[in-house]
Amino acid sequence: MYKYDNYDQQMVDTRVEEFRDQAKRRLEGKITEDQFKPLRLMNGLYLQLHAYMLRVAIPYGTLNGAQMHALADIADKYDRGYGHFTTRQNIQYNWIKLEEAGDLLADLAKVEMHAIQTSGNCIRNISSDHFAGAAADELVDPRPYAELLRQWSSFHPEFMYLPRKFKIAVIAAETDRAAMRLHDIGIQIVKNDAGEIGASFYVGGGMGRTPMIAPQVREFVPLNQLVTYSEACLRVYNRHGRRDNKYKARIKILVHEMGAEEYTRQVEEEFAHMLDQGVEPPLAEIERLRPYFADPAFVDGPKTCDRSDPDFALWVDRNTNRHKHDSYVSAVISLKPVGGIPGDATAEQMHLMAELASKYSFDELRVMHTQNIVLPHVAISDLHALWTALEAAGLGSPNLDTIEDIIACPGLDYCSLANARSIPLAQKISERFAASGKTGELGQLKLKISGCINACGHHHAGHIGILGVDKKGTENYQLSLGGSEAEDVALAKITGRGFDEAGVINAVETVTDIYLGARNEGERFLDTYRRIGMTPFKEALYD
Amino acid sequence: MKILTGNDLKSGAVVWWDGAGWSLQVNDAVDVGEDADTIAASEEAARRVNVPYAIEATRDSQGVRPAHIKDRVRALGPTVRPDLTLKPTEPEALDWIV
Ligand code: SF4
Repeated sequence: MYKYDNYDQQMVDTRVEEFRDQAKRRLEGKITEDQFKPLRLMNGLYLQLHAYMLRVAIPYGTLNGAQMHALADIADKYDRGYGHFTTRQNIQYNWIKLEEAGDLLADLAKVEMHAIQTSGNCIRNISSDHFAGAAADELVDPRPYAELLRQWSSFHPEFMYLPRKFKIAVIAAETDRAAMRLHDIGIQIVKNDAGEIGASFYVGGGMGRTPMIAPQVREFVPLNQLVTYSEACLRVYNRHGRRDNKYKARIKILVHEMGAEEYTRQVEEEFAHMLDQGVEPPLAEIERLRPYFADPAFVDGPKTCDRSDPDFALWVDRNTNRHKHDSYVSAVISLKPVGGIPGDATAEQMHLMAELASKYSFDELRVMHTQNIVLPHVAISDLHALWTALEAAGLGSPNLDTIEDIIACPGLDYCSLANARSIPLAQKISERFAASGKTGELGQLKLKISGCINACGHHHAGHIGILGVDKKGTENYQLSLGGSEAEDVALAKITGRGFDEAGVINAVETVTDIYLGARNEGERFLDTYRRIGMTPFKEALYD
Repeated sequence: MKILTGNDLKSGAVVWWDGAGWSLQVNDAVDVGEDADTIAASEEAARRVNVPYAIEATRDSQGVRPAHIKDRVRALGPTVRPDLTLKPTEPEALDWIV
């Protein structure tokens, strides 16, 4: 994985000292909260319901063991012994003290991490496929390109004050595991008819109040124009994006209102203008980055394992992904125990995951946008030992992509913007389905819960989505069906009037029963919904 | 009644105006009536609190109850982590929030 050079380290260290001074001045009363707020937000420090919250960037979700150990130490030293992995492949700490934030950032910098650009109207942490560099179905490893864009977008002077926050995802497989088309810019690394590698650009996707699927604006951008094209996309947005209305400020609104064709025309014009201005780093730069993401030293070994233990076999079937080397798999550590808090991990669990990564996965881990952790390169011969260790630590839930693998944002338990709680719903739904024994029968069923319209829980993209709303001071929940963040991307549709907490849990069970009764052989929930439409679900829910 | 709340500048902890200072316990909150803005301004200027604001609340036999669920979550702690609330040994206290 990428290693900081002296320049990177110096930039991050300098930023830590700068922030330390800003926090000191705030504590001494030399600057007001109004003056300090934008400065702390630029360093990922929010003020949430119970305390300051710090969001730490995990570039494209890739971590090494030392970094995961450091995250665990931070949870113990500065927080209350745990952290929350987010739907942007980052981690958040909920109980940070302003007077300690500088020391925390200094500890992060020691392991080449920071919290810069995890908030504010700038280009946020670049996200990617959590199986990048390991998946059997990828064209190339997308991470060198994500890293190039990370370096380009870090401290980019032109894009620090955009109309609104800006999120970029980079993938390199036909299977979309990063919700690529629900980003401000989604980039898919592709091969053209001539066999050359380049990038397809999708611009103007997003969730939130006005969800949109990004249209393709360019089918193929040569690799030696990747940064220039990205910059042209941002420039047109920066020029025309609305700054007068926060709710209309995202690029998706611009692309929608201007029309994808006109937006594309302007991007192409800007791009043509920029091509000879030397914005693009030389191709040698991407060649310099590539070795950081070189394959580890895989060795041939057994291609199968002893599946006589049914619990182990179930975990292998559900929680592993096919690897490009046939003696390996990528193994998913579920952070969704039945009744647990999605995405939360204790310091002990983080230390254990780091140790297991060092023992079984060439010291690499990934954070999934679905709030689980991946060990990307596990030898098939090591799978049983790995599973045994995970089981012993309560991390062996065999529930990837099932109805128990729920995405839930922090909601009203932690977030100051929330209308309703998300986590208790996730806990109760996972308990309900685990107890009924229907989880396996339901197969792939992605349930996503947001505590407000900002949609951090990706409810628009859930096969089943739940949105918390405020109904005269009480929590209420809107149910929606038919969304997908994958290559079959779609936005979920609201079923009708909302429910209280108990009602929405019953409603989820009702729609799954309709599915079980109506499905054809091999159909997922989403397939059945697409075939039979909303009506049968609505009738069962409201008639 | 109208009560005043905010966060401790250094720690970020949720605090309530008790008439003389800032308390971690919502039950200590006093009715600030029309004085909310004045108290908020002087306390913020003295850096004893961060971003204070007034909210509606009631007082009953159980104590002070903020009108909005969000402030009740702030007052006690996350409902999903009883161990991290102000009443870690009384998980049933969380019923008060909802
Ligand atoms: S969706 Fe809303 S409630 Fe949930 S984390 Fe985002 S802003 Fe907070």
